[in-house]
Amino acid sequence: MTDQIKIDFDKIIKNSSFSDGDIKLKKEHLNRFIKQGFPNRKLENWKFSDLSQIIQKNIGQLSFYNDHSSSNKIDTSILIDGLEHNKIFFINGRVEKIDFSYEDKTQIEINEDCKLDNLLKNNNSLIDLNKAFTNKSYKILIKKDYSLKKPLIVYHTNNNEIKSKNINLRLEFELEQNSSLRLIDFFYDNNEKNFINIFYNFDLKKDAILKNYKVDKTLNQNIKYSFNNIDQDENSISETFILSSGSNFFKNEINCNLNGEYSSAFVNGIFSLMDKQHHEIRTTINHLTENTKSYQLIKSVLGKDSKSIYQGKIFVNSEAQKTDGYQLSKAILLDETSEFNAKPELEIYADDVKCSHGSSSGSLDENSIFYLMSRGLNYKQSKELLINGFLLDVIEKITDPEIKNLIKNTIGFKE
Amino acid sequence: MDTREKDIEKLKDYKYGFTTEIENIRAPKGLDEKVIKFISNIKKEPKWMLDFRLKAFERFKKLEEPNWQKPKYPKIDYQDLYYYSAPKSMKDKPKSLDELDPKLLETYKKLGIPLQEQARLNGIAIDAVFDSVSVATTFKGELTKHGIIFCSMSEAIQKYPDLVKKYLGTVIPTTDHFFATLNSAVFTDGSFVYIPKGIKCPMELSTYFRINASETGQFERTLIIADERSYVSYLEGCTAPMRDENQLHAANVELIALDDAEIKYSTVQNWYPGDENGKGGIYNFVTKRGLCKGKNSKISWTQVETGSAITWKYPSCILKGDNSVGEFYSIAITNNHQKADTGTKMIHLGKNTKSKIISKGISAGYSDMTYRGLVDINSKAQNSSNYTQCDSLLMGNKCGAHTVPYIKNKNFNSSIAHEATTSKISEEQLHYCQQRGLNPEEAVGLIVNGFCKEVLQQLPMEFAVEAQKLVGISLEGSVG
Repeated sequence: MTDQIKIDFDKIIKNSSFSDGDIKLKKEHLNRFIKQGFPNRKLENWKFSDLSQIIQKNIGQLSFYNDHSSSNKIDTSILIDGLEHNKIFFINGRVEKIDFSYEDKTQIEINEDCKLDNLLKNNNSLIDLNKAFTNKSYKILIKKDYSLKKPLIVYHTNNNEIKSKNINLRLEFELEQNSSLRLIDFFYDNNEKNFINIFYNFDLKKDAILKNYKVDKTLNQNIKYSFNNIDQDENSISETFILSSGSNFFKNEINCNLNGEYSSAFVNGIFSLMDKQHHEIRTTINHLTENTKSYQLIKSVLGKDSKSIYQGKIFVNSEAQKTDGYQLSKAILLDETSEFNAKPELEIYADDVKCSHGSSSGSLDENSIFYLMSRGLNYKQSKELLINGFLLDVIEKITDPEIKNLIKNTIGFKE
Repeated sequence: MDTREKDIEKLKDYKYGFTTEIENIRAPKGLDEKVIKFISNIKKEPKWMLDFRLKAFERFKKLEEPNWQKPKYPKIDYQDLYYYSAPKSMKDKPKSLDELDPKLLETYKKLGIPLQEQARLNGIAIDAVFDSVSVATTFKGELTKHGIIFCSMSEAIQKYPDLVKKYLGTVIPTTDHFFATLNSAVFTDGSFVYIPKGIKCPMELSTYFRINASETGQFERTLIIADERSYVSYLEGCTAPMRDENQLHAANVELIALDDAEIKYSTVQNWYPGDENGKGGIYNFVTKRGLCKGKNSKISWTQVETGSAITWKYPSCILKGDNSVGEFYSIAITNNHQKADTGTKMIHLGKNTKSKIISKGISAGYSDMTYRGLVDINSKAQNSSNYTQCDSLLMGNKCGAHTVPYIKNKNFNSSIAHEATTSKISEEQLHYCQQRGLNPEEAVGLIVNGFCKEVLQQLPMEFAVEAQKLVGISLEGSVG
């Protein structure tokens, strides 16, 4: 792998016009990645999902070079109907179009060549990989007191021109005071066996509101990793919803730093898996100051041969008195081959806090099925009703009515 | 203040902190094959035992010390320890209690453990382990009547080699982790219990561990076998003198329950925790594992952990037999600079297996407490269930409480439920108690005892009272 990655890297550098400083930084990231490699189960965070092995097994040899010189055609058939929205198209590893046609252009700033920061502090080799190979990344700034009228949808698509490639995407968002953004990540994959590595950074200033919905619904053979870093200032709110269902492997990581008082973070997630799918959500909520709040709810429905993992951590600093942290994960195992693993973790250094977590897993309740069948439903219907009710609980947590409906429709829930 | 007064002053905090002046025989310092042969030789062990030790030592040399735990400690120099220390008078083992060194008897009297049988009223048979050797076992006659074997490990190796050979190392093999393997190589003594078929042990069995000598590690090994349809309740207590150095205690405890048998294992651990600045104290790195080998067997661990500078242990149950039950009740209290990383592992292999975990952690002062647990339901363990509850109580904002559960469910017929909370004693609760005339210390004591009640109830009567007191003492001065 090492030779391949170096050749690919040189190719990319040759074909693009990075500044010398950037090239130097990128090289540094590359070397850090080569040193660490893809994460494996020896790392505590990857204990339940050995990415190195998963890539080896499902993809084999990865290639890191993508030709970004020609543009890709946008397939308009995938556009979401019935909801006016701003768009970003991300096709085959290339950001094709950024369209904020519904918004006041003076209130949004799009910065194309966002600098690579010098912070090399993290230990996540996939972020290094991302930083080494993203050819273009964008920083979107939403100005003070401006709320986007329409949600922004990022279409993550790729066509069958690429195979066994590593694709990286990096976007940064800064929400100035009292601004708000609704962001939907919509995954629509046509191709097979790529490794997609997404890194988002959100900087929420005072009173800002971020709502991020990730919808991975269409079945595909790709392996995905997504990392959200969210920094929150005073009184800001972040809401993250993850529907994890389509990809072969998908790991979502949310790292949220509650830096300002009265800031709050909500993470809700659904796993709906079958046929050898293996998905994971890992959250780290860092309560760093007083009066912060976090709430997490993750539910899984696991069919044949599937596996879901939830690793959630609530960290409470010694200054973060009056913290309120809650975490609940529930799983229904439908088949003898399904598997649910959880590691709900609390790390607490302050005494005046209210933190709790719960986790439960088991099969569908036979008594409930019996009850429904005695009311005239057949077995399949009863089962569906129970599962839908189980998952609807999470969807009801979505605070935006428009998007709630959109997601309900995507999953196939009827009103 | 003269030294005597100072000593008395010190002892107020930790009343077991005295040292017994007694002549010792020690193995040469350090760890190599010679030392292991020395230990084996002085204990007049058969060859298979020596081979067992050497095999473990071979493997130990290749192992690396683990480093994933939360409480970090300065590196231990394993060559700078004595691996064997015994009172000189024990060289030729006394035949009866009358021949025992009076100083030893006095030590145990001070600890509140009378070894003279006539002094015992409450019917608990005791095996006392002093540094590296077992010094006395009481009520032997009574137990022998029932066919129960309760003796020191060294004696068992001599007298019941078949039993020891059959079961030793079957739950904790010589190929286990770092500290367990070290123990397999150098273990010195401990208790051996065998309850024959269909016997319900008529009294509580108990071992009292005491570290006395300095620069000594204590490595004891306990093996309890409950044959079909038998029952035994076993207690363990520990204390050590106050010293400025850190002492290592790495014991192995193996429990085996055959068909329909039940073992109840209770620990009241009160090793010297170090002074209020975190100097000295015992490193308590113990491996405890029970195997529910037979159908309908049950193993129940109860622990009250108040001592030690660092406690790092996970009493576990392997539920291999169908319908077997594993239980874990724990109170862990850390104060001052104490650190604890404790919890349990429940490994469900058999059908219809059940496990229950109740863990209560209390941290005060500058201490740090971690609950770390594993619940693993195997794909063949149909209809199994687990319930876990771990609650933490924080006193002050200089301490930490952490919960790290690992939950693995590979069986769709089985259910796992896990709950955890972290909180402090609320102002309302304190106010209510004080209003009723209790002073703040008493109020906290009352609330803490209520918090721990679920676990304290599991202890045998005599120990429950002692443990309740211990809970109070451990938290003294942490209110405010």
